Amino acid sequence: MKLISKHIIKVSNLSIGYTSKKEVKTIASDLNIELNAGNLVCLLGENGIGKSTLLRTLTKVQPSLKGAVFINSTKLATYNYANFAKIVSLVLTERLPDSSLTVYELVALGRQPYTNWIGYLTTEDLLIIESAFEKTNTKHLLNSKCYELSDGQLQKVLIARALAQNTPIIVLDEPTAHLDLHHTINTFSLLKNLATEFKKTIIVSTHEVNLALQLADELWLMTPSKFISGKTSELIKNNDLDLLFDSNLISYNKTLNQFTMKNP
Amino acid sequence: MVNPIKSYRNTFVLLLITLLIVSFINISLGSVSIPIKQLFITLFDGEVAKESWRTIVLNYRLPKAITAIIVGSGLSISGLLMQTLFRNPLAGPFVLGISSGASLGVAILILGASLFGASISSYTFTNFGLAIAASIGSFLVLSAVMIAALKVRNTMSILIIGLMFGSLTAAVISVLAYFSSASELQQYMFWSFGSLGNLSWNEIIALISIFSIGIVLVIFIIKPLNSLLVGENYAKSMGVNVKLTRNITLISTSLLTGVITSFSGPIAFIGLAVPHLTKLLFNTSNHKILLPAVAISGAIIMLICDSIAQLPTSEYTLPINAITSLFGAPIIIWLLVRKRKIYY
Repeated sequence: MKLISKHIIKVSNLSIGYTSKKEVKTIASDLNIELNAGNLVCLLGENGIGKSTLLRTLTKVQPSLKGAVFINSTKLATYNYANFAKIVSLVLTERLPDSSLTVYELVALGRQPYTNWIGYLTTEDLLIIESAFEKTNTKHLLNSKCYELSDGQLQKVLIARALAQNTPIIVLDEPTAHLDLHHTINTFSLLKNLATEFKKTIIVSTHEVNLALQLADELWLMTPSKFISGKTSELIKNNDLDLLFDSNLISYNKTLNQFTMKNP
Repeated sequence: MVNPIKSYRNTFVLLLITLLIVSFINISLGSVSIPIKQLFITLFDGEVAKESWRTIVLNYRLPKAITAIIVGSGLSISGLLMQTLFRNPLAGPFVLGISSGASLGVAILILGASLFGASISSYTFTNFGLAIAASIGSFLVLSAVMIAALKVRNTMSILIIGLMFGSLTAAVISVLAYFSSASELQQYMFWSFGSLGNLSWNEIIALISIFSIGIVLVIFIIKPLNSLLVGENYAKSMGVNVKLTRNITLISTSLLTGVITSFSGPIAFIGLAVPHLTKLLFNTSNHKILLPAVAISGAIIMLICDSIAQLPTSEYTLPINAITSLFGAPIIIWLLVRKRKIYY
């Protein structure tokens, strides 16, 4: 089934969760998303509310319970993994296993969906890898071993690997979880730049809510009551942000455009 | 545009030259001393001074050197595959119970024959029969370990499960041994000492054929093995069929280890020690480099071990297993004592 749609991601009446032998555990339901290409999206929500489950469902790691997901106007289920690797690339929150891969080798792995059976890098591949290094400003790390990098450098290199995969959509699961403020802002401005300048669609799950308010074109809010997606400015106007956290603790301050702690 | 991934061409040339030299030294050693010049003449099909020298070189020493090369490289590649698949530096064909599976297969054939059908004479067991029994045994035990591995996921548990399967098969072999005759027991014991000699050219051709099938399978999974270095989830997101890769790794490892163990007995430590040595030498995780490097290094080290086992100028040959362990164990200890982290 194919729908004519200008949306790069379209989700209707999606339910996400897990099925086991005995029961179906629904994490969230009635998710609706219409996303245009070239946007930076921040997925916000408390710990354990299902952000990772949503990302895993959208990236074909786990099946949905109900509803339909269209990526690039094609139903998610009709992609095979090899083709899907050319549409969506990932930056995961998990640690890389120990290895003596060099930074270049790691980034070059991003070309795997395109290379031949032995992984031969053509001139075109080398050029795309080169440009991934340039976009992320990591060329000086090229010959380092991955285990020598700081967390901030590694995060940039992992983004470079996703860029080498040359997909219209990049999904990042809490990319700034281990980073200090400098590297967090650095990473977010890089992502923003990739969206505006190179028309990448970037989906980031994050706890950096205040940064998300400043940078994200769209927000996906996973609140205990419902899922809300839309332009950042519209969500602010509709007072949707107040639903995100327990209102006794944290509230959204419109004048500051920030989440602030309620006075005790 | 230049690809900045190192090709290590010089190191490979050096390794290949070493392999040639070591092979020649290996062939030149033995209980009968043959002049170097006559050795060359024999190898390049000239007129030899003594016809017996030609027989010794062509029918005994050359097959043994070829066997050593295949055993060394096959076991080392298997070890490397297991270390990458389980993401554990302690993994190897021996630790994961593949060798004990092969032992079980051979034990059931040699020791169990009289229990199940006494009509089979122990002398009818050809190397081919042993090869099939060992292959089936190693494949079954590795499959059992892999099924358990799918359920637990924790790599340490997998290693313990591998060791448990090793104990289980050892127990079954003990029971079989208890009910067997002395001659059957002796035949099994000799097999378990490990030996590179005594293979006819036909058997070597069989060994090389199955070895080649295993190697061809391995060559096809070089690319997915490299993506597994960044973890299964990343590999999947790059379009790698992780399940297929794991199955091919499983099949090629059991083919290589199974056929080698059956023809030469369970050879210890090579599969564990050589990949680590090679990684120290090459300092890379790229399988496009590591696989040929491990294969050549394994062959060189096996040839050296065999040359030592010859006990030059003596009529005795030590069990090859004693030599590989004497060589392998100190290296593993040395690596750990140096506290250098081994990246696999």
